[in-house]
Amino acid sequence: MREITYASAIKEAMVQEMRIDKDVFILGEDIGIYGGSFGVTNGMIEEFGPERVRNTPISESAISGCAVGVAMMGMRPILEIQFSDFVMIAMDNIVNQAAKMRYMFGGKTQVPMVVRLPSGSGLGFAAQHSQSLEAWMAHVPGLIVVQPSNPYDAKGLMKTAIHNNNPVIFFEQKGLYNTKADVPEEEYKIPLGVAEVKKEGTDLTVVATGIMVNRTLEAAEELEKDGNSIEVIDPRTLVPLDIKTIIESVKKTNRALVVYEAVERGGYGAEIASLIGESEAFDFLDEPVSRLGGIATPIPYNPKLEKAAVPQVEDIVKKVKSMMNK
Amino acid sequence: MKHVLESVESQFEVFQILNEDGKIVNKDDMPDLSDEDLKELMRRMVYTRVLDQRSIALNRQGRLGFYAPTAGQEASQLGSHFALEKDDFILPGYRDVPQLIWHGLPLYQAFLFSRGHFHGNQMPEGVNALSPQIIIGAQYVQAAGVALGMKLRGKKAVAVTYTGDGGTSQGDFYEGMNFAGAYGAPAIFFVQNNYFAISVPVEQQTAAKTLAQKAVAAGIEGIQVDGMDVLAMYAATKHARERAINGDGPMLIEALTYRYGPHTMAGDDPTRYRTEDLDNEWEKKDPIVRFRTFLEGKKLWSEEEENKVIEQAKDDIKEAIKEADKYPKQKVTDLMENMYEELPHNLQEQWEEYKEKESK
Ligand SMILES: Cc1ncc(C[n+]2csc(CCOP(=O)(O)OP(=O)(O)O)c2C)c(N)n1
Ligand SMILES: [Mg+2]
Repeated sequence: MREITYASAIKEAMVQEMRIDKDVFILGEDIGIYGGSFGVTNGMIEEFGPERVRNTPISESAISGCAVGVAMMGMRPILEIQFSDFVMIAMDNIVNQAAKMRYMFGGKTQVPMVVRLPSGSGLGFAAQHSQSLEAWMAHVPGLIVVQPSNPYDAKGLMKTAIHNNNPVIFFEQKGLYNTKADVPEEEYKIPLGVAEVKKEGTDLTVVATGIMVNRTLEAAEELEKDGNSIEVIDPRTLVPLDIKTIIESVKKTNRALVVYEAVERGGYGAEIASLIGESEAFDFLDEPVSRLGGIATPIPYNPKLEKAAVPQVEDIVKKVKSMMNK
Repeated sequence: MKHVLESVESQFEVFQILNEDGKIVNKDDMPDLSDEDLKELMRRMVYTRVLDQRSIALNRQGRLGFYAPTAGQEASQLGSHFALEKDDFILPGYRDVPQLIWHGLPLYQAFLFSRGHFHGNQMPEGVNALSPQIIIGAQYVQAAGVALGMKLRGKKAVAVTYTGDGGTSQGDFYEGMNFAGAYGAPAIFFVQNNYFAISVPVEQQTAAKTLAQKAVAAGIEGIQVDGMDVLAMYAATKHARERAINGDGPMLIEALTYRYGPHTMAGDDPTRYRTEDLDNEWEKKDPIVRFRTFLEGKKLWSEEEENKVIEQAKDDIKEAIKEADKYPKQKVTDLMENMYEELPHNLQEQWEEYKEKESK
């Protein structure tokens, strides 16, 4: 197998689907010769031309609204919002329109669109270009929300997203774009709502999302040296969420920590923690379910402060140790 | 059935006073500027060109952070600004740091802004401006509000906002103009049309022939100006300002200009989307070159004078960088304190935790 980057994996999924299905096309700002702000669509306009790789005017409202309209005409648009933060300008089209159309029209229409959102911090893009807003999206009935943590999942989930007939919000952590892993060239899909146990362990379960999966795996290795055996679970899709896998794990380890990059307060990790607390796993818990998320400030531009604002490997290690030593 | 588009579009013509060769081609609109004013305009453009070159160099050395190059746009930025008064309120885009500096923002603070230090955004008393907007279009709707505020407070001043050609595609662009128009609020809306929004050429932004004509639908005046002509930019802005203050409503000014450099210093390579021919074509229209020719013809400018400005700029920049370096680093507790007027009690604990760490 070959190793490719997270960015290439996403592109490969789109390219393969576009070769098969003429109704799939992409639109967004600077996605043509420029290849998008993160190079994800590099080379696509050369293969598919400007009709299927559409450079749009700068209007997140029209990008998303147009996608809703064209999706109702049976096309399958994939839109790139240059930075996930700009999705704020597209919110009405996503929340009041795309998410509700099938429901309001009694199932008689559908909006099969994929909204690609480069998100997260760590690259020095400051307060309005670094947020992790997945909880906003996961809150809205009618949307599918996915958050791949590695190239393999990114490709498989993108394929699933393109084939799904609901609006799918696809969170891509910008810091992951250059990470590499084995990704098969051939067709495969990753189903929605199936978590992956990234590492088995016996002492404590960490449910981590997005880039925190990688940081948690690193932390787990570190913790292993002191004899702490951590189980790491990557939900991969937030809506639908594979809560069963999480509960089974917690029943085994008796401890649960949820790690996420978004602001801890009101983040999606709070939902996961609640679901664990409300489940049969409660009786197995040796101590309260815990969360580790970002501090409640906008993301700072200063690199040191930016790091301080979201969980790092050391923070995860420390948190787990404090839970183990109680 | 009558079609009006063509006739409306054809009425827009480029307002110019000083042509590419440094000759006055429109005496009627020649603004009433003293020799000293003319020289000051030149000084500001030369100074700002040096600031741009140094900022790019400092960015490459890692001594500055975010930076959007300005070379090529001096006439558009500084000619328009020269027509403003201290009381006027500027809502700039990310490329409009020069206007802020000439409005009174100390250079070291502009550098701190580039480094993402909040002090760079703390406008000194009497500097009526916001720090640069980066969410495309947002400044246009806020400008309508600032202008409305001025009207309600009975101020004889205007709100002035800048965006680029790409910014005109946002809903906020129309909505801001429409609001200000409906309220008769004293606002001036600038579009610095440098023909590209990152990699996307303006022909892909819109079917409209000019961006100035977008004013018509909002029911406000619009004008297209040679943005490489500092006199035309000054005259157009002065005119817009007088109208606004007289209660004649807002105006849209489209400046035709060009950015010589990359979009920002964060890895943009313009050769991917622009040709060398196009670059060369625009450099022939350079605002500083033509204004220099004009001033030299009037015996108002010399190489010595220009060198003096260049040296002054370099010295100021050196000093400002030192001052920026000396300024206390920002801390996590600063960020928390800046967020709310009073820290919510449930953040108090976090604040204390960090205060303790910082005291070590
Ligand atoms: C709402 C929003 N969408 C997208 C961007 C990303 N972006 C930053 S600058 C830019 C191009 C703007 O071009 P233009 O308005 O022509 O101004 P110029 O940079 O040429 O001065 C884009 C798309 C943004 N900052 N905000
Ligand atoms: Mg532009």
